[in-house]
Amino acid sequence: MRKMLAAAVSRVLPRVAPKPASRMLGAAGTFADNATFDIKPCELYRLEEGPPATAVLTREEGLKYYKRMQMIRRMELKADQLYKQKFIRGFCHLCDGQEACCVGLEAGINPTDHVITSYRAHGLCYTRGISVRSILTELTGRRGGCAKGKGGSMHMYGKYFYGGNGIVGSQTPIGTGIALACKYKGSDEISLTLYGDGAANQGQVAEAFNMASLWKLPCVFICENNLYGMGTATDRAAASTEYYKRGHFIPGLKVDGMDVLCVREATKFAADHCRSGKGPIVMELQTYRYHGHSMSDPGVSYRTREEVQAVRSKSDPIMLLKDRMLAGKLASADELKDIDAEVRKEIEDAAQFATTDQEPPLEEIAHHIYKDNPPFEVRGANPWIKFKSVS
Amino acid sequence: FTGQTQKMNLFQAITSALDNSLAKDPTAVIFGEDVAFGGVFRCTVGLRDKYGKDRVFNTPLCEQGIVGFGIGIAVTGATAIAEIQFADYIYPAFDQIVNEAAKYRYRSGDLFNCGSLTIRSPWGCVGHGALYHSQSPEAFFAHCPGIKVVVPRSPFQAKGLLLSCIEDKNPCIFFEPKILYRAAVEQVPVEPYNIPLSQAEVIQEGSDVTLVAWGTQVHVIREVASMAQEKLGVSCEVIDLRTILPWDVDTVCKVRL
Repeated sequence: MRKMLAAAVSRVLPRVAPKPASRMLGAAGTFADNATFDIKPCELYRLEEGPPATAVLTREEGLKYYKRMQMIRRMELKADQLYKQKFIRGFCHLCDGQEACCVGLEAGINPTDHVITSYRAHGLCYTRGISVRSILTELTGRRGGCAKGKGGSMHMYGKYFYGGNGIVGSQTPIGTGIALACKYKGSDEISLTLYGDGAANQGQVAEAFNMASLWKLPCVFICENNLYGMGTATDRAAASTEYYKRGHFIPGLKVDGMDVLCVREATKFAADHCRSGKGPIVMELQTYRYHGHSMSDPGVSYRTREEVQAVRSKSDPIMLLKDRMLAGKLASADELKDIDAEVRKEIEDAAQFATTDQEPPLEEIAHHIYKDNPPFEVRGANPWIKFKSVS
Repeated sequence: FTGQTQKMNLFQAITSALDNSLAKDPTAVIFGEDVAFGGVFRCTVGLRDKYGKDRVFNTPLCEQGIVGFGIGIAVTGATAIAEIQFADYIYPAFDQIVNEAAKYRYRSGDLFNCGSLTIRSPWGCVGHGALYHSQSPEAFFAHCPGIKVVVPRSPFQAKGLLLSCIEDKNPCIFFEPKILYRAAVEQVPVEPYNIPLSQAEVIQEGSDVTLVAWGTQVHVIREVASMAQEKLGVSCEVIDLRTILPWDVDTVCKVRL
């Protein structure tokens, strides 16, 4: 078992070469306009051809991806800090290590495509357009949060972003339904339904695959395989850990989830597949989370510190992008440091707001249970505490 | 209850009951999500090392599968102790519990049964659990003939009631108040013992009004009874229902003067 897991981890370790295959010098001569990089080819299932083996990264894109990934990284670390200081309570699932997945995904789709995911959602919230300030304030449960302080870590939503789901796997049939709506409305919008390696063994995922394939729905099923379903390693939970093949009759791609360019190209490919009416497709993103499952999990009782360290030092998605940008002369180290400073400031400001904003008023606690219903009373912790529910 | 006792909190009392069960019943197996390393609430710590990996094992993340699978084990006569990691996650298994487990004996004219199935699940509010780590779903099961539903209030009660559930020849759901896992501590016998199911306990006598509670709320209600006595001069009888289904109508309704 140990050997299989070590093999799985080593697949996450890079075979990515930072040096560009080619680059174009910009007019000023200081930075290149763009550079082309080799990316790891995706393993294919039921597909004749896959995403390209090289990707062009423009300077502008590079800076954008770098800033976004750094923003997510620092936001998650800030959430860790706020949790330990008890500003954030309840459950908090962090995605540091998996930044390339959400940033790469967003780079491969349109803002009007539909995304739904599990509870490890902070990164996706950000890439889907919710500000860091709204996210942190939602985590601290204040009224300035994106769900008015009532949703918390697992229940953040935005236009074209359907959360944020606490129950494992429950988002998969929902995402399939969203895909049906896209097809029915005749738009070329698609649904991207993310789930984890643990959720892959839920019955409703199989049900969703069947419906999506039967009705040729434009749904990209994305399995974020971070090698552990909470404390259980993938090879102890799944008869087949080839998650990209688990759609059985649905074609699949195995993608290096630590490489933002690989994720982007694979997402574009998958999105095109759906938009051209070929039906669903499964993408497995091989990634890693540095934190434990949640803030209550130290993350080292089922894996070694050495393993976490190894991934951090060899496959960190932000480091990989940075190395590429420097090797491709797309940016300078100082410029990236400036971005780091900007990011840090924005996070500090957001945290400042998040820890000082007001809590939502208690009178609103029972609102929005129903819609268009006359106001009714909801009992609180005992039959004599009543809250008014207004829709 | 004579014999050696040990200071245990709720999760240790559960571990003790499970340890006793696996020791005396060679067909008993424990399974669920993450139970192998000890479980998210440490209820199964040490059991895999002691009894082996074919008796204490992890399942994939699939509640419907876990309960269905548990019913299958029980139907062959082995003792199945399934864990649903949080009661909030029990709903995918609702069909298996209500349509399969509860009705197996009845529909086969007593030819088959899954009476040796016990489902244990952390239950109830804990302060920070919000929507999906706080639920108390016993009411959904309370109207389903064929299963038994039990909620203990303390470590001593939990061990005796869990052992009774495991030995009871009907499928049982045992909800464990998660807020009490560490907070409740008392002297608990090391050897196995049983507390009967479907028997409510009058934990405080009273003459003016009867208060019925189960699980964590028993402790709240006890405080309420003291306050009522002190501030209103009202004498409250406090009853811990213990078994939600089938419940002890007689004890609750009996007039005690």
